[in-house]
Amino acid sequence: MFKFIIRRIIQTIPVLIGVSILVFSLMHLVPGDPAQIMAGESAPKEQVENIRERLGLNDPLPVQYFNYVSDAVQGDLGNSMRSGRDVTAEIGARFWVTVELAFYSTVVAVFIGLIAGVVSATKRYTFTDTAIMIIALFGLSMPNFWLGLMLIQWFAIGIDLPAWVPFISDTSWFSPSGWGSFKQIVLPVLTLGTGSAAIIARMTRSSMLDVIGQDYIRTARAKGVKERVVIYRHALKNALIPVVTVVGLQFGGLLGGAVLTETVFAVNGMGKLIIDSIQARDFPVVQGTILVVALLFVFVNLLVDIAYRYLNKRIDLD
Amino acid sequence: MQTKKELLKVTDLKQYFPIKGGILGRTVNHVKAVDGVSFTVYEGETLSIVGESGCGKSTTGRSILRLDEPTDGQVEFNGTNLLAYNKKEMNSVRKNMQIIFQDPYASINPRQTVRQVLTEAMEIQNSVPKSERNDRVLELMETVGLGPHQADRLPHEFSGGQRQRIGIARALSVDPQLIIADEAVSALDVSIQAQVINLLMKLQREFKLTYLFISHDLGVVRHISDRIIVMYLGKIVEIADKKSLFENQMHPYTRALLSAIPSTNKENKKERIILKGDVPSPIDPPKGCRFHTRCPFATDLCRTEEPVLRTADGMLEGHQAACHYMEEIKTGEHQPTTV
Amino acid sequence: MTSKPNSYDNILEIKDLQTSFFTKDLEVKAVDGVSFAIPKGKVLGVVGESGSGKSITSLSILRLVEEPGKIKGGEILFKGENLLEKTEAGMRKIRGNEISMIFQEPMTSLNPTFTVGQQISESYIIHEGLNKKQAKQRSIEMLKLVGIPSPEKRINQYPYELSGGMRQRVMIAMALACNPELLIADEPTTALDVTIQAQILDLFKNLQQELGMGVLLITHDLGVVAETCDYVAVMYGGQVVEYTDADTLFKSPKHPYTVGLMQSIPPHDHDIEGDLSVIKGSVPSPAEMPIGCRFAPRCPFATDLCRTKLPALETDEEGKQIRCWIYSDEWDGAPEVNIHANKERTT
Repeated sequence: MFKFIIRRIIQTIPVLIGVSILVFSLMHLVPGDPAQIMAGESAPKEQVENIRERLGLNDPLPVQYFNYVSDAVQGDLGNSMRSGRDVTAEIGARFWVTVELAFYSTVVAVFIGLIAGVVSATKRYTFTDTAIMIIALFGLSMPNFWLGLMLIQWFAIGIDLPAWVPFISDTSWFSPSGWGSFKQIVLPVLTLGTGSAAIIARMTRSSMLDVIGQDYIRTARAKGVKERVVIYRHALKNALIPVVTVVGLQFGGLLGGAVLTETVFAVNGMGKLIIDSIQARDFPVVQGTILVVALLFVFVNLLVDIAYRYLNKRIDLD
Repeated sequence: MQTKKELLKVTDLKQYFPIKGGILGRTVNHVKAVDGVSFTVYEGETLSIVGESGCGKSTTGRSILRLDEPTDGQVEFNGTNLLAYNKKEMNSVRKNMQIIFQDPYASINPRQTVRQVLTEAMEIQNSVPKSERNDRVLELMETVGLGPHQADRLPHEFSGGQRQRIGIARALSVDPQLIIADEAVSALDVSIQAQVINLLMKLQREFKLTYLFISHDLGVVRHISDRIIVMYLGKIVEIADKKSLFENQMHPYTRALLSAIPSTNKENKKERIILKGDVPSPIDPPKGCRFHTRCPFATDLCRTEEPVLRTADGMLEGHQAACHYMEEIKTGEHQPTTV
Repeated sequence: MTSKPNSYDNILEIKDLQTSFFTKDLEVKAVDGVSFAIPKGKVLGVVGESGSGKSITSLSILRLVEEPGKIKGGEILFKGENLLEKTEAGMRKIRGNEISMIFQEPMTSLNPTFTVGQQISESYIIHEGLNKKQAKQRSIEMLKLVGIPSPEKRINQYPYELSGGMRQRVMIAMALACNPELLIADEPTTALDVTIQAQILDLFKNLQQELGMGVLLITHDLGVVAETCDYVAVMYGGQVVEYTDADTLFKSPKHPYTVGLMQSIPPHDHDIEGDLSVIKGSVPSPAEMPIGCRFAPRCPFATDLCRTKLPALETDEEGKQIRCWIYSDEWDGAPEVNIHANKERTT
């Protein structure tokens, strides 16, 4: 197992290099002169030259890249063009907000998704199954910014709704914006988690159906194991194997989804930081945030692989 | 018998499959699936390879057709070395060498009708002019015992036995000289199996086919073969004409294998030799004789020195076995060393 | 047969079992009136080809037939009690305890995510109320009994770490854990190599005698039947066509199907000249069974009677059973039928 982890970590190195190259190229892929863009169109030449010099844009590209990476490894992601603050500090202030949001959303998605999927699989072709799958399809096809707005309307503001929508009299339970208290967390987490819950539910259902048809499930029943135990002990552990991978990928998706959700709910996380920085042409912050998000994604997938391996004893990569 | 023509000659064939591992995922070891196998198949005969799972019998068949690229050795077909051919040349030779698999369902495109399956085979090899293909399809179907009304059905509309007939028809469609049958009747019910065996033997008589018949079923092998190879852990342990193998087998493994088959003949109960343990891993096969870990007769010699295939006194020409003690075991001079 | 409760000669007796699979508008009768008995401590072989209903029969006994399958009728008397009248909870007490089961595929019949020890222990924990530690101890003893070397080490291994033969030993250990009175073994050696099959059959025979349990052995291999069984039921098309003791079956089989089956197996201990004799045609699918005798379309002796009317399973004074018109008074074919004279050699 230890060897496996080491190997898996070494395998992430090429990924990290790839990510850093992409992030670095970002500034150069944008049409026009980045220094000019940052300075603004009407900025005097000296100012543009100044920015260019400060960002090292006059050096050859490989040198620029090398400098960027070596700084980044030391935790120096440059300074914000907007606030002049250290990018690392800018991100640091918002990092945990986004991680918390994505984490709670994942937990909620896994919890709802697993239960829905298992129930659906064990009651295959019944009304319950069909209903769950229709709801899941719905959850899957709703864009989360729209869902977020709807939830705000419905639970937090309670206005402008058609008459057939059940009336929420006390909207003080939920807050339409901000982060920190329970009131502020619930709606963004629901918004962000719904799509993932739907995907996990569908995945769990098909995986469970596959496992329930396996010979060893029949063996368990022939041993006199209770049906509930057959499902939750014998079947679920096997069915989780493919689901774990999906959860990992979903977490990555949630980080991306956080960009919109944070904007809708005015949550001051990395997602909102990216949007704000893009609007302000604050390249170092955009670069830094994307780099951090990518790193986070790689890290989570490493964890997923370890979990996968723990569950699936058969893959022996050593 | 007139001088037999060598159709297929396999010399020192080796098939190692790499095992990746370690932190950098490099090759750390090999599965030695086939490890130095030599034999000749003569035109018009049925040579069978028997052995238990993992002995390398199927891999041998696949390596000959280069479905897996052999690691080493020579495969001569009609006197030319197949391993020297490039892909294109190899494809044209495949016309003469066909393979039938255990599960015809897995090797037939489920969305193609029988007619399409057979026509496609002829197209690939361009063996039959386009205008005659349709007649040829119906002729082939009749040959293997399918009716012309079934030509436009899909594979799932057929039973297992009928699907195997389709597989046979496909192999025949290009007029091959050699057919490699890899457990071709193993998945069939006995009543159907007998039909397919009879069909294979009839086709052999009619079309002068040569069979390399790979099977684990010794009853079937006894019925269909002229000569038999017994493999164990990637090596040939015995090769003999059918009569010698079943009546005068020399290798302790062959003897154990034959004695292990449950018999319906209750009067004629022979003593059963029960081998202990499992077949060792082909990744790290035992030194010396590969069978020594399970052989009741094994000595230190067996554990250190690998026996070669040889013909001892009292064995017919062409009958070879690889055992240090085969003469002594036969006469009773060498007794089991373990109980 | 006396119907006094709790007095029985047969550990298991099946009467007119009917198990069907229901699709939208179709009923497929997989098991259609199967009856047989297993005397206490004896081994009954159930022989048949695919589609004969032998596996569904075995699953019906433990009531493990899955949707859309349903047991429609009949009786399954275990120690004189009808299992079909038991509650689900009552059945669970029997499964893996009084009746246990071994399946064909040792590679897929063990749960890949639990250790061998966890899987055997489970039976002890469920049925004997042992704690984990005690159960593990008993599991080790069980592994020893089935001839697994260094059981203390093996117990912590996962199925993928074991060979096919070892896994089947684990399955046997699991099945025998609670000293069942009846063991159902569905093709237990079919997936194994012959030298391993010989080991397993040998173990099996010894344990059966030692523990004195009744065994229902399902197989397609007549050699395995000859080596291990006391009685044999031959199944075809969801029905028993012949039931007799093993010696009689191999010496003088009566049903044309039994005879045909025996003749179509190429023997390994003597040569056969010319073609093998075959049973023409193919096994009928349960969805389209012939209306008369199920075997009539393939039978070399079939008459109009056979093709139109299903023969009953007749029992003679010795308890042997046969389902064939040839042996009835109504037989309309030639008066003397040489049942072994099948000249069918078609390819």
